[in-house]
Amino acid sequence: MRHLAAIAGLRDAYDLVIVGAGPAGMVAAATASGRGISVLVVDEAPMPGGQIYRAVAGTRLPRHLLGRDYRHGGKLVQAFSESEADYLPEASVWHLDETRTVGISLWGEARLIAAQQVILATGAIERPMPIAGWTLPGVIAAGGAQSLLKASGLVPSGRTVLAGMGPLLWLLAAQYIAAGAAPALILDTTPQVNRRHAARHLAGFLLSPYATKGLRLIARVRRRVRVLSTVEELSIGPVEAGLRVTFRRGRQIEDTRADTVLIHQGVAPNLNLAAAAGCALEWNEAQACWQPQVDLWGGSSVAGIAIAGDGAGIVGAEAAAARGELAALEALRALQAITAAERGRLAVAPRTRLRRFARGRAFLDALYRPSRAMRLPAPEALACRCEEVTGRQLADTVRELEVVGPNQLKAFLRCGMGPCQGRFCGATVTEAIAAARGVSPAEIGYMRLRSPVKPITLAELAAMPSSEADRHAVVRG
Amino acid sequence: MSEAEFDAIVVGGGLVGAAVAYGLACHALRVAILDEDDTAWRASRGNFALVWVQSKGLGMPRYAAWTKLSSDIWADFAAELRDASGIDVAHSRPGGFTLALSEQELEQRRQTLHRLHNQPDMVPYPYEFVDRAQLRQVFPQIGPEVVGASFCPLDGHVNSLRLFRALHTAFARLGGRYLPRHRVDDIAHRDGEFRVTAAGRSFAAARVVLAAGNGNRRLAPMVGLEAPVRPQRGQVIVTERAAPFLTHPIVTLRQTDEGGIMIGDSLEEAGFDTRLGLGVLGTMASRAVRMFPVLGRLNVVRSWAALRVMTPDGFPIYDQSADAPGAFLCTCHSGVTLAAVHAGKVAPMIAAGVLSPDLAPFSAYRFGVPAAA
Amino acid sequence: MFRRLPEAAGPPVSFTIDGQPAVGTEGDTVAAALLAYRIREFRTTPVTGARRGPFCLMGVCFDCLVAIDGLASRQACLVPLREGMRVETRQGKREPGR
Repeated sequence: MRHLAAIAGLRDAYDLVIVGAGPAGMVAAATASGRGISVLVVDEAPMPGGQIYRAVAGTRLPRHLLGRDYRHGGKLVQAFSESEADYLPEASVWHLDETRTVGISLWGEARLIAAQQVILATGAIERPMPIAGWTLPGVIAAGGAQSLLKASGLVPSGRTVLAGMGPLLWLLAAQYIAAGAAPALILDTTPQVNRRHAARHLAGFLLSPYATKGLRLIARVRRRVRVLSTVEELSIGPVEAGLRVTFRRGRQIEDTRADTVLIHQGVAPNLNLAAAAGCALEWNEAQACWQPQVDLWGGSSVAGIAIAGDGAGIVGAEAAAARGELAALEALRALQAITAAERGRLAVAPRTRLRRFARGRAFLDALYRPSRAMRLPAPEALACRCEEVTGRQLADTVRELEVVGPNQLKAFLRCGMGPCQGRFCGATVTEAIAAARGVSPAEIGYMRLRSPVKPITLAELAAMPSSEADRHAVVRG
Repeated sequence: MSEAEFDAIVVGGGLVGAAVAYGLACHALRVAILDEDDTAWRASRGNFALVWVQSKGLGMPRYAAWTKLSSDIWADFAAELRDASGIDVAHSRPGGFTLALSEQELEQRRQTLHRLHNQPDMVPYPYEFVDRAQLRQVFPQIGPEVVGASFCPLDGHVNSLRLFRALHTAFARLGGRYLPRHRVDDIAHRDGEFRVTAAGRSFAAARVVLAAGNGNRRLAPMVGLEAPVRPQRGQVIVTERAAPFLTHPIVTLRQTDEGGIMIGDSLEEAGFDTRLGLGVLGTMASRAVRMFPVLGRLNVVRSWAALRVMTPDGFPIYDQSADAPGAFLCTCHSGVTLAAVHAGKVAPMIAAGVLSPDLAPFSAYRFGVPAAA
Repeated sequence: MFRRLPEAAGPPVSFTIDGQPAVGTEGDTVAAALLAYRIREFRTTPVTGARRGPFCLMGVCFDCLVAIDGLASRQACLVPLREGMRVETRQGKREPGR
């Protein structure tokens, strides 16, 4: 792997550009290596690993603290370092289109790179959890808190409350316990009805790699931390020198004080780059989230652009790695570095792994599907963090102006116009419109996304190449 | 009157349609807006929010007068809208500039404005050229390449997204019916009434107003009119919110009341293609940074491309059908600037059933199209 | 608000927060260093002036914006801490040129 120190080190064109150095991206790069094609991996973080294996190669924390799954990431980083890919860390990808022109920015300098094939491995981001107070300082996404632990060995001081649902919440609690920083309380919002739905898939789960590990972990946490289950409503408010979390279980309303509140209700594909490139999206009803449409090889609706890993649909780290491998194999075939027959042969192992790690997901998906009430914004909550639009404003506007889609809503209320570009409000907006109209989110669609997918400066944009026709379109009498 | 009967049906819920519909509703007409769905072409989402007079009307002085009229009544229109909707659209008229980045550009501008203001029957209004020193008084951070500018005190701007929401909100509060996902398939005229078919339903109305932007081309012949419109792509860049910096709008660069800086404007004949062109965006960004170098570090958070609705000469079309009396056509590419006259002048004409002879120059007849189907 | 586990101690990195001297650890992002320094409010929003701190810590929420070495609107969770960095909090609407 050739670690590039500056954007000038990039070639003008690569056979394969991989966006993201998490499990899918790293494995894709390692797979594509040594086949005579040029590969570039671009990633925002300073080290490979993505979110799940954040800082795995650099963490100073002892092995036992973060768990065996995390350490597995070290092997992927090793294989990636031994690959022949060019690697540009700390860089953002702000543009991708159907011509496979990739816009990259590093330290205030932007460049356009041509790619024959692109694999987007942008992973997942936290689901929005639009409860009142979720924007208060001291309220942090559990996944973000986990990054602080992995990369910097930081744990919350004072009284910590975890609120929400999902495997990550349990894992983080277990990691904090191992570090001697057990949270004071876990407010579990897993809906009661989910247990019934998940029970249908119990057999598959019990046979899966997740079962024993997961059940043991939860038991360990429950022994050490007070857990209140079937929490149906949550809100957070500021109080003198801290926060107050108010919650409802059944008809009972209680509150508790906290210095730090870590919230989480699952993850969703980070699909902004794919969508801005024109890749079609679809609504995943089982997981209640949006994802790009992909085929068996990760191929999107745009030729030459594939999506691998959690960015294509939430499947977990091990399955993500398998998908990265499959997408790379298809890219190799498309670049004629391997034949279709070779691709088929080499795909057997990752497909087997994919099947193995898909088993049990149905159970997890059903169990950890947030309730509709928790996906919709509370009236006083900010539905859109960037533009500070409340759930009430959203609901009132949808109703009064008969809004049928998120783009119309964006024009009316600016949701999606802030720097996060809908990452934390896109799903909420669509759900709110769907709920008001009594239809599935699939019928409403997702807001339209465009470049720049990550911010670039005007000066960077000004330096982009332009043609005579471009100038003629702008400079007129 | 049954559920599907109206005094007027406005086809198109963009800035033109919404302004006309609001104006009609103000006259106590029972109005329905039939609109397409969320992903339609929607020129209104792509505008630059200028309420602009300077340099309009070269080739049709009547248009300059029409534009000036709208600009003059815009403040009252904004106040009225605020009362009707509760939404302040942040209209201001501080005067606007067109900056020149070279002597050649400045000279070209002089010639254009000279020709414009020397047209016979041209409505007189103040404008002037300012030099670099004068510009620096208004814009202390103006870039070294800016040699001068034309200035017109009648130019202003508005928060166009709030304008759009205000029009729809006021319309709804006045009892207007807004029907999205109702793309019009057919309009028939029989026994002095119009039957509009959309989304498998039938609506009756005494008047029909075609305000469907590029969709008018398809609809106009149904009522014996022609709408020779074509899409023309324009791209816009928006930056993160900045502290107040630009006190006056510039024709290609303005700061919204919320702080974001908008940069336009491009003109491309690209059919119905709304993809972004980085070369065009880059050129616009480059000119903006040359005008104000301090802008270079601002982050671009958004950009878009939208399709203007362009006529052969760039001027609006206002028409009424001779074949199907009660059918009207309204189209333009300055839906923000003309919103005031659309609501305050055109809508009353439509309510009364006939366009004023003042608007005759705007008929599509000027293109030599047949007046009757 | 966050404390460092003793096992994670590493080479110190000196920097300043709003002009005051501070110390972080090698490998920290600016956001991590600020949180370790008990700073949980990083900015005020340009919309209402509301106070915000980091939320996602992975570069997608844009709530952790601070000025670093005179350049505003930097995502603190993406910038590795370096010796001598000048970090300034409380940016609301950005001053052009800064």
